[in-house]
Amino acid sequence: MVRFLVPLIVFIVVAGFLYVGLGLNPREVPSPFINKPAPDFTLHQLDAPEKTFSNKDMLGKVWLLNVWASWCVACREENPLMVQFSRANIVPIYGLNYKDAPDDAKNWLQQLGNPFIANAEDNKGNVGINYGVYGVPETFIIDKQGVIRHKVIGPITPEILDTCVVPLVQKLQAATGGTVVTRNMVKGCV
Amino acid sequence: MIPEIGHFALIMALCVALVQGIVSIAGAQLGIRSWMSMSRPAAQVMFVFVAISFFCLMYAFINNDFSVRYVAETSNSLLPLHYRIAAMWGGHEGSLMLWIMILSVWTFAVALFSRHLPKEMVARVLGVMGLVAVGFILFMLFTSNPFERLLPAAADGRDLNPLLQDPGLVIHPPMLYTGYVGFSVAFAFAIAALLGGHLDATWARWSRPWTAVAWIFLTLGITLGSAWSYYELGWGGWWFWDPVENASFMPWLVGTALVHSLAVTEKRGSFKNWTVLLAIFTFSLSLLGTFLVRSGVLTSVHAFATDPKRGVFILIFLLIVIGGSLTLYAWRAPRVGLGGKFKLVSRETFLLANNVMLVVAAGAVLLGTLYPLILDALKMGKISVGPPYFDTVFLPIMVPMVFLMGVGPLARWKQSQLPDIATRLKWAAVISVIMALILPFIMGSWHALTSLGFAMAFWVFSSVVVGLRERISRTKGDGLLMRIASLPKAYLGMNLAHLGVGVFIIGVTIVKTYAVEKDVRMDVGDTVEMGGYTFRFDGVKEVKGPNYTAHRGQILVTRGGKTETVLFPEKRNYYVQTMPTTEASIDTGLFRDLYVSLGESVGKGAWAVRVYYKPFVVWIWGGCVIMALGGLLAISDRRYRLAARKERETAVSDVTPASKKGLAAEDK
Amino acid sequence: MVIRKTMILLLLLVIMPAVYAKEAQPLAADPALENKVYAITSELRCLVCQNQTIAESHADLAIDLKNQIRGMVKAGQTEDQIKKYMVHRYGDFVLYRPPLMKTTYLLWGGPFLLLVIGFTVLLFNLRRRRTLVADDAPLSAEEAQKLNTLLHKQDEKTEEGESKS
Repeated sequence: MVRFLVPLIVFIVVAGFLYVGLGLNPREVPSPFINKPAPDFTLHQLDAPEKTFSNKDMLGKVWLLNVWASWCVACREENPLMVQFSRANIVPIYGLNYKDAPDDAKNWLQQLGNPFIANAEDNKGNVGINYGVYGVPETFIIDKQGVIRHKVIGPITPEILDTCVVPLVQKLQAATGGTVVTRNMVKGCV
Repeated sequence: MIPEIGHFALIMALCVALVQGIVSIAGAQLGIRSWMSMSRPAAQVMFVFVAISFFCLMYAFINNDFSVRYVAETSNSLLPLHYRIAAMWGGHEGSLMLWIMILSVWTFAVALFSRHLPKEMVARVLGVMGLVAVGFILFMLFTSNPFERLLPAAADGRDLNPLLQDPGLVIHPPMLYTGYVGFSVAFAFAIAALLGGHLDATWARWSRPWTAVAWIFLTLGITLGSAWSYYELGWGGWWFWDPVENASFMPWLVGTALVHSLAVTEKRGSFKNWTVLLAIFTFSLSLLGTFLVRSGVLTSVHAFATDPKRGVFILIFLLIVIGGSLTLYAWRAPRVGLGGKFKLVSRETFLLANNVMLVVAAGAVLLGTLYPLILDALKMGKISVGPPYFDTVFLPIMVPMVFLMGVGPLARWKQSQLPDIATRLKWAAVISVIMALILPFIMGSWHALTSLGFAMAFWVFSSVVVGLRERISRTKGDGLLMRIASLPKAYLGMNLAHLGVGVFIIGVTIVKTYAVEKDVRMDVGDTVEMGGYTFRFDGVKEVKGPNYTAHRGQILVTRGGKTETVLFPEKRNYYVQTMPTTEASIDTGLFRDLYVSLGESVGKGAWAVRVYYKPFVVWIWGGCVIMALGGLLAISDRRYRLAARKERETAVSDVTPASKKGLAAEDK
Repeated sequence: MVIRKTMILLLLLVIMPAVYAKEAQPLAADPALENKVYAITSELRCLVCQNQTIAESHADLAIDLKNQIRGMVKAGQTEDQIKKYMVHRYGDFVLYRPPLMKTTYLLWGGPFLLLVIGFTVLLFNLRRRRTLVADDAPLSAEEAQKLNTLLHKQDEKTEEGESKS
């Protein structure tokens, strides 16, 4: 008797998965760098080509690495919020200018606003590849030990900022010594 | 005005479908004749309303009515007429309109050709189809209304995706949908049988022609899709195991199992439960495919613009239809008898084994397609499952199945002896092995998989010949052709369809092993050699199309000095969507395709050109078409011809009960 | 005279392309290398496309990655090393051939498991059927006679019908 129920049971299980699937994004590529050290890089700065910027410069501080380009439409959407956020001085924001022409990038920042303390120029996109960048904008949240704790894929929205970025940054900044903070501790980031 | 009429007609169709669904089935359950009698006229009226709606939408497309949002999104005034019409089903809303239209046509056909069925059965079948229609029309009216207005109207449309501006769009979706939707008839028959508690051989007999026709259309639909992507996408591939392709392949696999299973249930009264389950399963997979393509749950090049809200609606619809039918099955099936008895070695067993393998194959495809989703949902990581997986997993299932395909038809019903079958197939095995070993050398190089492919194909060919020879030797008549022609069409159809499988295997084996591709830089006058042919580049010139400009290359193909053909590959730039597309130029032959694709200009009149030599590639689709022809031949068997049945019907009613019994006994 | 000259000129113009025309050179500098690159990239997923391989895709990122991989193959890296490189940056998602790991045992083993289950259920059902379905009771002499006449009549009717159609 039970065996006649098997098809129904199997179907319900499949339907359950399909339902959950409706809330997922099949094209989103989760970063394998979460809770792993940020890949090292040293690049020339956009505004000061004679100077370089490296992730190692930021050890001991919690910081944001925002990957952007002047040809990226969604970066435009994100910009006002980023500028506003940078003025709050909660966390330093550095930019990785990805596969862009320096002049275009500089003009873009001038026109729209500059939330970045400094920008690293990644014209060829090699550093982007090393960070697993596949679409811009993307933002990495990196802790004092240089470990990537979270990656925001796509433009940062006020909601993401409030529920994930700020709380996580604050937790990371407050952490001392051996305490490990992961994004699982922030509800909005999971 | 016309779009509003279309919208209104759709609403009317919904009302009629509701009546058709609820009243007919209730009437059948309660035994109220007047209610049951409503089913046929209701089906006919629904068809009229849906047709009105369908043609109103088409009218909007033909007349470039860009005040209709869907037309503005999918069409453009520069689009040639036949593409304006086909653009109607180029997007989500319109494709649903096509779905509903085809469902109404099938429903109408069932209403028309079911005079000989008992009233309750007709009422139930049409009722179920009506309820399916209700679901789809509700879906359209609530989430995907093609008649929604765009105010202010757009000046012109966004144009049809250039990849779709092709004869393939005109014919592939209608064929495919006719197949998908057609399985709703088998489904309806199965539900009707479960509802009525009459699950017997006659149910299978009524169901069979409808199922076979749906199967033929689905076979052709998938074949067209494959051939279309081959010549459209510019690099010669013909199957990608893309989720949407899989969504069409799964119902085909289970549908094939169903067609075989119905044959057994009709002839021997066995497998009734299993056949019913297959009928439910096949249509469920059609519906699942509809869900997968539109919900955004899977990524695919074929997916329509996705919207999770629509996904929820379809999922609920799936739960009701599939969940409901499987519950009905769980409730009613245990009461059904087991039917005729048969031994472990018998044609019945071989057919059951074939069923198992087809269903397992479908299961494997489903597993691979849904697995990334399952892992992601369980938060166990994100993976991709692509062609390497499917290719690896599919072959081991196919090989035994093809082997059995040779054995099954030779086994006798009820009881057969393995040693006897083995003896009869001895020569088939020998030929297969010899061909498997020799042919690769003749073709150029020996590879194990190539050898296996040839072995399988020749096993199919030889076993069909063995079967035919045995049968012909038992037939009376003069001349081989006369005797073949006198064999039952169903039997010939089966053999033809199986031959088609063999032809398909040859095509795949040879193309996968012996195709040659060269990516070259060509200056004017440069040549490249391949497969015995010489390709000479004769330059590129600019041409204008109705809604695009193009760079058209000219390639002269010669063989041994004699001109074979001239090919004109193009690189097109469409005005509206500014997407560059590559139009390959193909010279198709029975034994080889010469395929040329234009790349980028590399300066100074030189261009990057991709040249392919593809031997036997048309055998892939040729084999599928032969399969479909086999199916067509099988249903042309006089047992299904209406006229013949009508004759018998009227003859029976004219005659006394005693002779009635005698006539009925003949009715196999 | 003029006509002759023109003819010669025309002849030369026709022959010249043939004289200067050559066997077209492969687009890639090294076709063997390209084949290797193609073999590897055709099993890698383009991350910005709707289900395409890096080999086929014309997207910027795909082209960048293809170039990167070409460099790696040239430098002598194996397919495994290259795949590791890609997975390190993009995760298992980038592989079209799912790696065999704990979470994919069911995927790779599934079809075989299904086959085993299918045939087990089949055999089980066939055995059940043997015990459940009653044997046909043998026919009495009268019934056997009736059967013979009916079958005889049936054969005639069938042949008649077949020769008609």
